[in-house]
Amino acid sequence: MTMGEIRRAAPTRRRRKSFVERTIIGLAEAMEQSLYAEELAHTDGLLQKIDPRVKVVGMLALLVAAALSHTIGVILGLFAGALLLARLSQVPLRTLVGRIWVPVLLFTGVLALPAIFTTPGQPIAHLPLLGWAITAQGVSGATYLITRVETAATFSLLLILCTPWTHVLKALRVLQVPVVGVVILGMTYRYIFLMLQIARDMFESRQSRMVGRLTGPDQRRLAGASVGVLLSKSFTLSNDIYMAMQSRGFRGEVYTLDEFVMRRSDWLALAGFALVAGAAVIVDFRF
Amino acid sequence: MTDVVFDVQQVTYRYTADVTALNGVSLTIPRGRRVAIMGANGSGKSTLLRILDGLYFPTSGQALAFGEVLSEEHFQDDTFAFAFRRRVALVFQNPDVQLFNPTVFDEVAFGPLQMRWPKDEIRRKVADMLDLMQITHLKDRSPHRLSGGEKKRVALASVLILDPEVLLMDEPTAALDPRSQSQVVDFLVGWGGGAKTVITTTHDLDIVEEIADDAFIFQGGLIVAEGTPAVLLRDEDLLRRTNLIHSHRHAHADGQLHAHPHRHVGHDHE
Repeated sequence: MTMGEIRRAAPTRRRRKSFVERTIIGLAEAMEQSLYAEELAHTDGLLQKIDPRVKVVGMLALLVAAALSHTIGVILGLFAGALLLARLSQVPLRTLVGRIWVPVLLFTGVLALPAIFTTPGQPIAHLPLLGWAITAQGVSGATYLITRVETAATFSLLLILCTPWTHVLKALRVLQVPVVGVVILGMTYRYIFLMLQIARDMFESRQSRMVGRLTGPDQRRLAGASVGVLLSKSFTLSNDIYMAMQSRGFRGEVYTLDEFVMRRSDWLALAGFALVAGAAVIVDFRF
Repeated sequence: MTDVVFDVQQVTYRYTADVTALNGVSLTIPRGRRVAIMGANGSGKSTLLRILDGLYFPTSGQALAFGEVLSEEHFQDDTFAFAFRRRVALVFQNPDVQLFNPTVFDEVAFGPLQMRWPKDEIRRKVADMLDLMQITHLKDRSPHRLSGGEKKRVALASVLILDPEVLLMDEPTAALDPRSQSQVVDFLVGWGGGAKTVITTTHDLDIVEEIADDAFIFQGGLIVAEGTPAVLLRDEDLLRRTNLIHSHRHAHADGQLHAHPHRHVGHDHE
């Protein structure tokens, strides 16, 4: 029987992906997403041109303004501002939809849904069959929650997508976030990719020697063993890294070098962020 | 000023009660010599380098650097530790271990920052070093995005910026493509103009004569031979006994099968 005949004789039903395959795909996707974010951070968009410190402060101000707002118009205005920034920074709409809007809607929706029925107030409709009352106050509360979270998450994603991660870390350092915390974040980011690579190699090597599907208990055993091996490797790696640090003079104190220079355009951007965030707070306070 | 950089006397190092990496090793490394330490995997080469770099301390025996004992007590003293770290540098076999900073620039600046050099001087020297190693274009890149050869160059830059007197290299050509290997060898041949001490562990016999004046062969945590690379590399029996060369059956172009000991040179046989 030739390979072609074997393939034709095989059932055509689409095979459900195994645990190992799904893990490999997940690890590859995680690495691809980080590569995509790094590429986007180096494109020639509006946010990409702004000093990282200004972006961190500015986005934080907008995020706080959205979180504090009690006026739906202000929140939607900030959301529209986020969309404009995304457009001017060449961040595709589908990236926002896939990475933030849909996951946030699902997650926040689960939290907000019971409030539609349980918040006391004016009933505006009843759920068919169950007859539960949907209250105006409940709908309003859920809308505020979802729009606030969507807006805040969009600002955060824009910051991450339009700034190389290393610059975000340096900006945090400049903004007086404790150095040790920033260094730990940086090393975590650095080594998470190495561990992802090791994990992917482990799963691929297992996949290359496997035929058929694993049973549930076998999948759990495989996952447990893989976690154990990764933990052991990460322990060895951390010892070696510490020695490499010692070898170059590390004595427990962290010293850093910052190289950011504020230009006129950065001061303008900072003023722009402050103006929009301030305006949002004032308008919200007035109405 | 002493002309001996390292003086290792009867050093034994045990990882656990059952695992002995070095078993009574004694050797002397004079200043300005280029030394190769050869041996198969697990022969104790890397452990010796870590002892010479003051990262491990002997279970018994003693190791001296520049006439001073390398001990945990000595490294508690900041003055001694900084002076030693300034003079001796180690390039690890796995560059991923050594490249722990978010960017290449930060990586090269790490050593000088620990030495508390003035920041302007650090910026200038890092730029010069990146230029020298032809990696300026990588300065804002994260080390995990680099190729093996690029990582090795960054690892070298990160220790050379301190202008050490002694360079310890652990398997510098391991897992590198031929072009990157030749760049590393060219560097080792040219670095320091003969004034620096370079100790390289390797089981890549093809680079030994180029990078070393003296050589030691390790096996099972012991020195089994020492001499010039030219003499040691001619001793086929010694190399076979220490697993540095091997015999296997293979076919030649005329179809004849036979076996003889040989070294690998790229993809060809000698």
